[in-house]
Parts: sequence; structure tokens; C-alpha cells
Amino acid sequence: MLMISPKMASGMQEKQYTPSLLSFFIYNPTFGPREGEEEKKILFYHPSDVEKNEKIRNVGLCEAIVQFTRTFCPTKPAKSLHTQKNRQFFFEPEENFWMVMVVRNPMIEKPNKDGKPPTVEYQEEEMLDTVYGAVVRQCYSMYKLFNGTFSRAMQAGGVELLMQKLEKFFYRYLQTLHLQSCDLLDVFGGISFFPLDKMTYLKIQSFVNRVEESLSLIKYTAFLYNDQLIWSGLEQDDMRILYKYLTTSLFPRHSEPELAGRDSPMRPEVAGNLLHYGRFLTGPTNLKDPEAKFRFPKIFVSAEDGYEELHLIVYKAMSAAACFMISASVELTREFCEQLDSLVGPQLTLLASDICEQFTINRRISGPEKEPHFKFIYFNHMNLAEKSTIHMRKTASVCLTSVHPDLMKILGDINCDFARVDEDEEIIVKAMTDYWVVGKKSDQRELYVILNQKNANLIEVNEEVKRLCATQFNNIFFLD
Amino acid sequence: MAEEHYLELSENPVQFEHASSVNNVFFDEANKQVFAVRSGGATGVVVKGPDDKSSVAFRMDDKGEVKCIKFSIGNKILAVQRTSKSVDFINFIPDYPHTEFSQECKTKNASILGFCWTNWNEVVFITDQGIEFYQVFPDKRSLKLLKSQSINVNWYQYCPETAVILLSTTVQGNILQPFAFRNGTMSKMSKFEIELPVVPKPAKLSLSERDIAMATIYGQLYVMYLKHHSRTANSPSAEVVLYHLSREGSCKKSHVLKLNTTGKFALNIVDNLVVVHHQSSQTSLIFDIKLKEPDCALNIHQPVLPARSIHPYRIPLSGPAAVPSQPPVPCQLYSSSWSVFQPDIIISASEGYLWYLQVKLPPTVNLLQDKGKLMDFLLRRRECKMVILSVCSQILEVGEKGSLPVVATVFDKLNQVYKDYLEAEQSYTQAMESGPSRGSAAQKRPVRTQAVIDQSDMYTHVLSSFTERKGVSHKFIIAVLMEYIRSLNQFQITVQHYLYELVIKTLVQHNLFYMLHQFLQYHVLSDSKPLACLLLSLESTYPPAHQLSLDMLKRLSTANDEIIEVLLSKQQVLGALRFIRSVGGHDNASARKFLDAAQQTGDQMLFYTVFRSFQQRNQRLRGSPAFNPGEHCEEHVAHFKQLFGEQALMKPSTV
Repeated sequence: MLMISPKMASGMQEKQYTPSLLSFFIYNPTFGPREGEEEKKILFYHPSDVEKNEKIRNVGLCEAIVQFTRTFCPTKPAKSLHTQKNRQFFFEPEENFWMVMVVRNPMIEKPNKDGKPPTVEYQEEEMLDTVYGAVVRQCYSMYKLFNGTFSRAMQAGGVELLMQKLEKFFYRYLQTLHLQSCDLLDVFGGISFFPLDKMTYLKIQSFVNRVEESLSLIKYTAFLYNDQLIWSGLEQDDMRILYKYLTTSLFPRHSEPELAGRDSPMRPEVAGNLLHYGRFLTGPTNLKDPEAKFRFPKIFVSAEDGYEELHLIVYKAMSAAACFMISASVELTREFCEQLDSLVGPQLTLLASDICEQFTINRRISGPEKEPHFKFIYFNHMNLAEKSTIHMRKTASVCLTSVHPDLMKILGDINCDFARVDEDEEIIVKAMTDYWVVGKKSDQRELYVILNQKNANLIEVNEEVKRLCATQFNNIFFLD
Repeated sequence: MAEEHYLELSENPVQFEHASSVNNVFFDEANKQVFAVRSGGATGVVVKGPDDKSSVAFRMDDKGEVKCIKFSIGNKILAVQRTSKSVDFINFIPDYPHTEFSQECKTKNASILGFCWTNWNEVVFITDQGIEFYQVFPDKRSLKLLKSQSINVNWYQYCPETAVILLSTTVQGNILQPFAFRNGTMSKMSKFEIELPVVPKPAKLSLSERDIAMATIYGQLYVMYLKHHSRTANSPSAEVVLYHLSREGSCKKSHVLKLNTTGKFALNIVDNLVVVHHQSSQTSLIFDIKLKEPDCALNIHQPVLPARSIHPYRIPLSGPAAVPSQPPVPCQLYSSSWSVFQPDIIISASEGYLWYLQVKLPPTVNLLQDKGKLMDFLLRRRECKMVILSVCSQILEVGEKGSLPVVATVFDKLNQVYKDYLEAEQSYTQAMESGPSRGSAAQKRPVRTQAVIDQSDMYTHVLSSFTERKGVSHKFIIAVLMEYIRSLNQFQITVQHYLYELVIKTLVQHNLFYMLHQFLQYHVLSDSKPLACLLLSLESTYPPAHQLSLDMLKRLSTANDEIIEVLLSKQQVLGALRFIRSVGGHDNASARKFLDAAQQTGDQMLFYTVFRSFQQRNQRLRGSPAFNPGEHCEEHVAHFKQLFGEQALMKPSTV
């Protein structure tokens, strides 16, 4: 499947094409070492309708490049290959398993007079390795979240099972990749935390503890509000990918009924006359349905000894969502789901309205939001907290940004610079069109600010950023 | 079966010579004294009070059978009633004439039902035709009538605590008229009617004085009416009806205590609990009028606990007759020879004992399953602290499914009381600080009762041992600690840092660093220097603790020195320098400290930069780049010269 989203460029009759996925494949060179057996190496290939020999050729090429570059630096294999038309990203998530993503460079098509074919200009420098490298790693993490490692499938059912799983997972997953809107946030893979006062936070703690105590099957709980995380009983890295799944896939899919939200009638059938808005986002859509199946998606998270497999129950009431994770060895029954529904539903509904109330109070205190003349992205490597005033609300299909892609590219570049050194630093860039871009790195934190101030000089910009830090980040230690 | 007797007789009873044909025994509720009068006093009167000071022995002339005998308050004057017409008085004040003097009641043809002392020199005669209020002049050996009121009286009751006399009037006796006495004044309070279960025809005296008692409960005066069951009326079992007698207002029926049985009863008040003794079953019930019954109509109370008998009591044999091997004799409880007096006195005249009734709290713990109700009950008792703490330990020990909501309820109840005390204390301090109060009633310092269970109590007696107990899941431990912190926050009580340390310790022990991180992120564990230092110490096992600690120090805004130390120890010399500049501490910074750190990094350029920075500061402050001798930087100056040469030193500007 080729995704091309043409965009009209200004003035002239140019056509601009954003980066798009050309192919994506997974192979293991040890599976077909002999000549004539090359096809066995290929575990997954997208698009699937490519001719067999071409698949083999492409895989062989990648193998050769990785092998060849290894001679220069055995510890750090090649990560990407830049060509005029496209860019290839290599990733070895598990020993000898290689994932390769080939992305077509963004390009501009200029029409020619006299009926000549249009000239195509590839913008090979517009793509950032860090961004798409992160996308490939995310692909693997997402596969692993729902399937466990590649070697786990190998142990369970050999190559055949692995291929089945890869086919099943990536066939759908690749359709949800939106390469044209990938940016710095994909590099961070951060978590947006919901700002909350201490008392409400403690109430949520209390809720989680009580539910875990009375439904002792529940091993871990995560709590989100407005698609932002409040509490995670999972470890950070697992939460990171689960958060990605919830916010970019599961929640958007259920957002339509949610929009109707408050106007929809309460469910009157709940025991104890406690009306609530609770419902399952995974598993049964209607508990009363006699045909209802009590099957939940399974996820794999890290445990002390390798990995553990869990049922993922996502339960939502208004804007509050609770994820309950239960060992996959337990079979979940109708009774359990009913018990959970009747216990969690009313409490979660109450909490959701508490949080909502608290949130509006806090908003009122902080006063009406003026349109600030700056935008920023903040990321803390320590707790993966991210905050962006550049990005609009994420939807299922696209991640909208409110600034020009050129500026996003600058942010990405600054981030690459930061990654190269360990020390704290600050980079100030004057972009075209009167924008200033400032990147700050302090300990584990990174802050990127885009200022739109005409005729500002370096000192003024520096002062402005200091002011911003003092108001927005006054409760953390940020070196000037 | 566990110990279940929640009532007991005091261990050291007041002993007196038991009643006999030659020895009459009297009890004075006002002074709580027992009088043993032998042969009308001729062979001796022995007075035993609650303590030795109030015990007296004397002789008086036998002038006929003694009907009633009482000391005035403070044992100043003794009053003896021998006839129905008069009361005799004897001075017990040293240097005052000792001979008896007498006072007849003023009302003609009235007979004296009894008398009460309302002060050391004020006495009230109650006759069948009214009351007479006298002041006694011991020096003159005479009395002066202060006030009198005529009214037909069947019988009377006296509450010495509040100096209120209650008269039974009318033919049926169920119209009660209270009078209050205070500093020589007598005030008539509004009368009220006791609803009788059956109205007799023809009218006759239907309210017995045995069925009425007065006592103060939770600081309020109540008239308690023991309403027996009646076959005709629709009352299958007896009940106690409480009438609240307020000083100013009227008397209102306020509480009904359901006894759920019939028979002979007696009432006591112990620790603000109404104790109802039931003779035939030899058990007692207790009621707490502040305990709300959720499933009952307003102010109808069921017993707090199932009926149990008073703890068995053995009379220790004492005196020369006692043989060590002889076991103490069991005492017959609920004996028909017992007399019960308010508030908490039980007297066995035939055996010569006076006991105080006491409530034992530990057995109540197992009898009251509803822990929330149990807490409500315990928090209102006098000696409750250790019992409450043991209940807390107990509910944490069981760790049953669904015990967290119970734990939360208990914490909330404790903290409500704790908060009330803190607030009272605070407003008292404020009142004291704002100078002498303008109002006449100076604010009293709030009394810290045992029910105030603070964080250190919880920590010492419950939480610290709980977190160390083996076999308890860490999930439960953390849930309990968080629940306690939540409850404290809910009541806006500042959480002590040792509770946070307990949380952190538990989390660290189980490698739950990410949880800790999240708690800190939401400021659940409030900032403090000790906490920041604790975090710093965790850095080796959990690197992000470094950032968390620095953030916390920054927020404290009083810990800039600590931040500098942390940065320097991390060899972030430039960072430290920039930070101290940003907070305006550069001028007073110790150059030596920074130069030491810079030298240690081995980075020559860094050392150069830091050195120059301080030279510039010196120049700005003192007009010379040189370091003061007090700064002890000679060594660094030498090092600088060695590295970069003499000429690199900044020269004093010659402007």
C-alpha cells in the first residue's frame, strides 16, 4: 500500500509529497544460510504482493549493508541508509532478527512545459534518522506488547507461528503508521501526565488500592484521565508502550460514543441503584448480552523472570479510564466482569466528576489562558513526562502540529545535537520567518521553545526563555 | 472464649461496718460518704469517704434513731435528722462551739422528707408541703431562711453535681418540678410531665422514686425514667426514657433506651455511658446516647453491646482473720441487698462494701464487630488510647479482603478528633497571642483527651511495627500508609516526615522506585530537607532520585546551600556557579569551595574559568581581583600561577 498525500505548495503548480512507507520487512539471516534457501530468511514482507525475487534481493541487500558496515564498527551496526529516493532503517531488536523500514523521501513535483514529464525533486535532507528510527523501535515494542518476543513465538511454535503472528499483527499495524506526521514526540515516546492536586490524587490512590484489594486477581492498575496518565502500577517502560497504544489506538476508536458522553442516558440496571457511566473498552460491550464473550486482549510486560502475560481490561467512565491487568493464566468469567462493573463503575464515575471539578477549579484559578507568544515541548527522560503546546489533540489518524514542518525539523536537529553530548547545554537558533527556536538541556530534561517575536535579539530571547522557565517550570530544578 | 466482661467493680472498695441491728448505714451522694452509726451515735459514728481525707470518726449523743445524716461540703457542719419535724446541726469547724443546735421546718404540720446540702453552709429541707432553703451560721448556731416554696411533694431526688432538686408533685406523682441552687439563690425551673405507661383510675401515686434518677451525661443534666413494661399498653419490654434538663429552657424528652426485656432494673452512669443492671438475668447493658443508630428512628437506642454480667468479684479476706491459704470469697453480684447510687456507685450494706463501677474497654473490641461504630464508641471513652491503638493494629493484622475501606473509616474517625483538637489548640494560641480577651469568659486551654491520637502515636504503636511485620504483602502496607496520609490530608493536617520516610523505606525495600517516583511527581510526599536528603542517599540504587531531590530542594527555596553542595559533589562546578548567580548568592559564595571542586575535576580550562569568575567578583566588590586572606585561596592562586603563569592573573585595574 502506497500512501501519498499530495499537498498544494504555495503559488506555483508544484505538488508536494510527504514521506511515505515503501516497504517493511523482517528477516533472520540464520534461517536460510544456503543458496537457494534465501526465501526462508524472510519472516514478513510488506507489501506482500512484491515478487519473490525482488523480496529476496532487497533483503539480501540489507543483509549485505549491515554485514559490510559492521567491519567498521562491530558494536554499533548501521542504523540507516540514505539514498536519493528513499531511506532505509535497520533495527535488530533480538539477536539475528532484523526489522527494516524503507521510507520514500519527501519530494516536490514540478510540472514542466511542453507536456514533458514533471521533474521530481527529492528532499532527502528533510527526514530525521532519530524520528524514523524511533518509529521502527516502536513497531517492535508494540508487537512485543501484544505478542511477546520473537523468540517466544519461535519456542512456542517455530518459524511458522512467528510468521503467522507477524502477518496478523503488522498487516493491521502498518496501516496505522502515519509517517508524514512523525516528529520529535516519536523520539521521546513520552507520557503526558494529568496535572492534579494532591488530595484528588490520593483519592485515586485509595480507589486503586481498594479495587486491587477486593478484586485480588488484579495484579496491576493504571489510571488515566483525558488520555493523560495519573497512576501506573506497571513499570515505566511497559507503561510507555501501553500508553502509546491506549492514546493512539484504543481511546480514539472509542471516542465517538464518548463525545455523546454526558447526554447519553445513565445505565439504570446497575445493582444498588447506583447509576454510573462505566463501560468496558476491551472485552464485552454489553454485560447483559447472554452471548457476550469475556475475552480480553493479552499483553506482555516485563517481570522479574522475563515476561508475564496479562489480560488487559480497560474500563472507562466519562473521561476517567482504569486499566486492570490480570494474569493470563486465569480465565475471566461473566461473574468477575459483573463484579468489577458493579464495584468500579460507581466509584469511577464519582472520581471522574471529582477530577473534572478539581480541574475546572484549577483552571479558573490560573485565569483565562491568553494566547502565548511562544510554544514549547518539554520532555523529562527520568519519568518520560512530556508536554507539548505545539501539538493539537492526537486523533486516531493524524497528529496535528500547529507549527511549520521546518520548525519541527529544527527541533529534531537540536535534539540530535543534545543526544551527542552528556553535558547540559543550550542552543538558540534563528529560523527564517522571524521565529526563534531555543533548546535547553538540563540534567535529564529537555525543553524546546519556539518564539515568534519580530526583531528580537539574542539577549531578549534568552530573557524570554528564562521568564518562561520561571513561570511554567518553577517547581523543578532547571539550570539557567 | 475471650474475656467478655466489660464492667467491673473497683478493685479497692470502700469498706465499712455492715448494717446490723445496732449499726445503721447511711450514704450521702453529695460527698460520697458512708456513715456507720452505732447505737444512734453513742458508741461511734464512722464516716468513710472515697479517700482517707474525707474519712472521719466521732461520737455523738444518742438522741433517738437517726433517719438521715450528712456532712456539709468540706465536712464543715454535720446535719442529723432524727424526727420528721426538725434537723439537728453540729459544728465540725475547729474553735467553733460544738454543741448541737436544731432547726424546725417552718411550715406547720409539714413533715421533713429529707434535706440536702447545696454548699458548705446552705441546706435545703424538703417537706411534704414544699422546700425551705436555709443559710447556716455555725458561729451563731442558728439558721436563716433564705427562701421557701410551698408545693405538695411525694418524694424528691437530688443531683449534687448540678445542685438540682427534683420534686415529685401531684397525686400521680408524674409532674416533676426541678429547682436549681447556686450561691444562696434558689431558682424554679420549668416543670415537666413524665408520660406514664398506664394512667390509673382512680388516680394514685404511680411514679416511684426508684424509677427516676438524675445524672450528667456528656456535661448535660438528664432525668432518667425507667419505664416498665405494661401488659395493657403497647410496650412489650421496658425502656429508659431520658429527659434533657437544660438550665434555661424547658425539659424535653430526648432519648429512649430499649432494654428489650422486663424485670427489675437499676441505673448507673459510667464514663458517660448509661448502664442498666438487670437483676433477674444478672447482666448489665450499656448505652451511649451519642451513638447514632442507623436503622432506628431518631434518638432511639439499642444497647451498644450484648448483655454481660459484671466481672466476677472476689472479696479479699483481710485483717487478722485472714489466712494466706484461704482463697478469697466470691462476691454475689446483683444481690438484692445492693443499693445503686448515681453516678457509678454500688453499695452492699449487708457486706459493708462500696464499689465504683468501671468500664473495661478491651473486651468491647471483640463484642462490637462494626469497627466504625466501635471507634465512635471508644473515642468517647476516658481511657481509650491504648485500646484504640490496639484496634488499629488488629484490623491491620487480619488483612482480610475488603479491610481497606474499614481501615479508611477508622483513620478518618481518628483524624476527625485529632483535627478538632488541633483547631481548638490553634484558636486558643491565637486568642492568647492577641492579648487578654475582651469578653469576660477567657478561653480555656483545650484539654487533650486520650481520644486525640496523633501521628506519632500511630507511628510508634501501630505503623512502624506493622510495616516490619513479616508475611504482610507490601501492596497492603503501602495501601494502608497511603490511606493514612490521605486521611490526614483530607483533614488538612500536616503530615510528619517520618510517615513519608516509612513509605519510602517500604517502597525501596521492594524495589518499587517507579511508584515512589510517581508519588513525588504529584507531591504526595511533601517537600522537606530531610526527605530530599533521604532521596539523595538513594541515588546509587535509583539514579533518578538525584533529579527528584534537586527539584525538591529547589521548591523548598531555603536549601540553596544544599543545592550547591550537591552540584559540586557531582563536579558540576559551572552549573553550581550559574545557579548561585541566579539566586543572587554569588557575592557571598565561598570561593574556596568552588575552586576546590574545579581543581578536583582536573579540567584546567574549567579551573581557569572559575578562578577568573571569582577574580572578577572580587574586582567588582572590593576593587581588586585579589582574594582576601580570610578566603584561604592561597593554594589555588599558586595552582593557577603554576598552570597558567603569573601574567595570566588578573591585575588590579588602575583606573
